[in-house]
Amino acid sequence: MTNYLEVRNLSKRFGDFSALGDVSLDVVEGEFVCFLGPSGCGKTTLLRAIAGLDPQTSGTIRQKGRDVSALPPAQRDFGIVFQSYALFPNLTVAANVGYGLVNRRQNRGAIAKRVTELLALVGLPDAGPKYPAQLSGGQQQRVALARALATSPGLLLLDEPLSALDARVRLRLRHEIKALQRTLGVTTIMVTHDQEEALTMADRIVVMNHGAIEQVGMPQEIYRRPATAFVADFVGSMNFLAGTLMAPDKVRVAGVDFACPVQDGLAPGQKVSLCIRPEDVRVRDLPADISNRVPVEVAELDFVGAFCRAILRARASADVAVTADFSSNLIRDLGVDIGTKLDIALPPDRLRVFA
Amino acid sequence: MSLAVPGLKVGLSRDDLMMRAGVVVLAGVLLVMVGLPLWALLAKGFEDRDGKFIGLANYVSYFSTPALFQSALNSLQVASVTTVIVVPLAFVYAYALTRTVLPMRWLFQGISLIPIFAPSLLPGIALIYLFGTQGFFKALLGDGSIYGIDGIVIAQVFYCFPHATLILTTALATADARLYEAADVLGASRRRVFFTVTLPGAKYGLISAALVVFTLVMTDFGIAKVIGGNFNVLATDVYKKVIGQQDFSMGAVVGMVLLAPAALAFLVDRLVQRKQVALLTARAVPLVPRPKFARDLFFTLFCLLVSAAILAILGMAIWGSLIKYWPYNLGLTLDNYDFAKFDSNGWDSYWNSVRMALGAAVFGTVLMFTGAWLNEKTRGFGMMRGVVQLLAFLPMAVPGLVLGLGYIFFFNAPNNPLNFLYATMGILVLNTVAHFYTVGHLTATTALKQIDPEFEAVSASLKVPIWKTFVRVTAPICLPAILDIAIYLFVNAMTTVSSVIFLYAPDTKLASVAAVNIEEAGTTAAAAALCVVIVLTSAAVKAAHLIADRFLFARLQVWRRR
Ligand SMILES: Nc1ncnc2c1ncn2[C@@H]1O[C@H](COP(=O)(O)OP(=O)(O)OP(=O)(O)O)[C@@H](O)[C@H]1O
Ligand SMILES: [Mg+2]
Repeated sequence: MTNYLEVRNLSKRFGDFSALGDVSLDVVEGEFVCFLGPSGCGKTTLLRAIAGLDPQTSGTIRQKGRDVSALPPAQRDFGIVFQSYALFPNLTVAANVGYGLVNRRQNRGAIAKRVTELLALVGLPDAGPKYPAQLSGGQQQRVALARALATSPGLLLLDEPLSALDARVRLRLRHEIKALQRTLGVTTIMVTHDQEEALTMADRIVVMNHGAIEQVGMPQEIYRRPATAFVADFVGSMNFLAGTLMAPDKVRVAGVDFACPVQDGLAPGQKVSLCIRPEDVRVRDLPADISNRVPVEVAELDFVGAFCRAILRARASADVAVTADFSSNLIRDLGVDIGTKLDIALPPDRLRVFA
Repeated sequence: MSLAVPGLKVGLSRDDLMMRAGVVVLAGVLLVMVGLPLWALLAKGFEDRDGKFIGLANYVSYFSTPALFQSALNSLQVASVTTVIVVPLAFVYAYALTRTVLPMRWLFQGISLIPIFAPSLLPGIALIYLFGTQGFFKALLGDGSIYGIDGIVIAQVFYCFPHATLILTTALATADARLYEAADVLGASRRRVFFTVTLPGAKYGLISAALVVFTLVMTDFGIAKVIGGNFNVLATDVYKKVIGQQDFSMGAVVGMVLLAPAALAFLVDRLVQRKQVALLTARAVPLVPRPKFARDLFFTLFCLLVSAAILAILGMAIWGSLIKYWPYNLGLTLDNYDFAKFDSNGWDSYWNSVRMALGAAVFGTVLMFTGAWLNEKTRGFGMMRGVVQLLAFLPMAVPGLVLGLGYIFFFNAPNNPLNFLYATMGILVLNTVAHFYTVGHLTATTALKQIDPEFEAVSASLKVPIWKTFVRVTAPICLPAILDIAIYLFVNAMTTVSSVIFLYAPDTKLASVAAVNIEEAGTTAAAAALCVVIVLTSAAVKAAHLIADRFLFARLQVWRRR
């Protein structure tokens, strides 16, 4: 596999403020990459640097082997969709989609054919003669996508393309965009602060925080094996239990030792967080000799729809609380209610330890 | 973006180069139109009549001539008194327009704008008819005379009223209904709501209105000329020095003295406005006044009274222009409109005005809109864009008379290659566009800031040259603002006196200037007639604009409809 895009040591400063610090990243040809991170972490800044819209302070960008670091946007090869869509309101949908084609000295017939093709591709075959203001947000979004794809760019950049839409439309468009991207095979970078969006759409996720990359990996990887406490906290929900590393595979929390995967990078005696996702907490059919067993009492029970989120307090030490997800079945079968006493287990292979 | 730390040298695209070249050309044009004439004026103040440098001698002699210094005090006095009268008047009127239920609100709003369409000497002339030596109501004045400070102030109130009303209407219109609801819920009395919510909300509008009125009065020339009598002000002094005594150096000095308060007022306004944060957040709920009988009756009567006064002054000018021989033969006639009898140019000066106004509207609108676009959308190039911004704001602080004077010194210099423009229509257009540059530039900039900032990024990614997007998208979207600028330029070009009074040649004399000349020669009726023709023309153009806006553009701009 060849790298389509290579970002090396990219930095961007605004006055004294460092919006991006020494970011390096590779994107493989045909890949769908998501930049994920909290507001203000520099996702847009990185995307705009790649497009050349707001050039970096230092660092290099190579696209398809060509050094584009100092090229203006017009000399780079990309299509872009903004959060606002930036459709030209005074031009029809067809004129919007054909905007970049008109300039390429193609004849009218060829342009019209390509526009029809693109509109069909995004599922709006009849929208051609309408004006953007007459379309719904989701439809405008698709027109913007068709316009960006019209010139067959090698790289598609999407800056929070779905954030202005309501939940239902967003869900549908997620799948459509992903399917379209797979069909066309165009290398795509999408910025989002919605973890669910990133997890469902991306081939690889780039998690960012404070202008730096925290972790790059496939969605399962990011979710299952978060590299840092920040990633663990930002993607999905996570319990953080304060403790001390006693041995490479042992963490003591409130006087109780828990077995965990072997930690290489951490020194025994160090303060650490022992982490587990709420859905990984075991309650049912615990074998008698199971490790990391904790007797708890149900302190709170919040109905969330498909399941209930329970806050469990360790009976031995009220300071230690664990959040766990219980299915409705489980709640019925075990008769769980506030005040119920039960035993849980934290499976060692599901535990993560962070300094 | 301005904060971006330069480090990496980024290559320039063809668009970037074109835009930068455009900014440089624009800076050059503005330098010629604004910067260099002002520089020439400044330099002239340090020369004697033969052009030798004499340092501050002119200024010393100015401040030690009591008569001249008295004019400065007179100007300050007139400006202060007018401001104190106009601002409260306009505030109540604007309050009525925005915060009460007024029958035929649009009519009252329209009437309040009438003075904008008239040359400033019109109210002066009307007052002469009413209270002059042979005025209708002369007896009411007893021993007093309308010639002097009283007449100037009354005419200035008429002339400045719409400017203050416009600013205050805008300030009062942007109110958040939720604040008033909150005050209501808290049980605040009406008086308390007014002093704790309404007035603070309009604070910046009030300051702005006061400064604008003050500057308008300080720098206006037409009114003091017509009805000032022996009451000299700075503006008439400049005129007398330059036209009467051909003392250009002293004229330049008085011009600089005139520039000081205008520039100061402008700076104060800028500083104050910078403090203003957006009162109207995106979530604000617009305030819609509910009917309240007693309040509405009071404000309706007030508006009726003010409107009647405005219409009376306009009506007096119209009537006066139709009368055979005031006050002895009140029979009606159109003779006064046969301008050839009073001025060798006849109707030509009117057509000159129309041509000049059209030229200024076309050239000015293209320059202002394209210029604002270049300055907004050019990437990088901060220094040069800063220079353009400064030159675009400068005219606001410069009285027309002062700019006109600068034009004489700059363009009439024998070694200036642009000398050929002197005494042509071209210089009148240039001067008018320069004089009114700031408002047009601001209107265009505001409109450009309201459209999606990513259009240029999109067209760059689609490899479409930026100018194509300007022509196909940006300009069409901003059409309403573009028309506003054009109409603004046309109306002001029709009515302006002060900025062009030094610059016309016999065959390029303008209607407003001809009116001053005719009035000076003593034929008030013909001067009134010329003013009426100007009012009708500019008002007709504005009306055509409104009608076109309502019917024609609604059709041209289907895309705005949902
Ligand atoms: N032009 C600018 N001048 C100064 N600071 C800026 C500028 N643009 C961005 N920043 C700062 O850089 C940081 C990163 O901004 P960026 O827009 O990349 O965030 P983001 O990750 O896209 O956030 P969001 O999810 O809110 O869009 C922010 O703290 C922002 O305030
Ligand atoms: Mg962003």
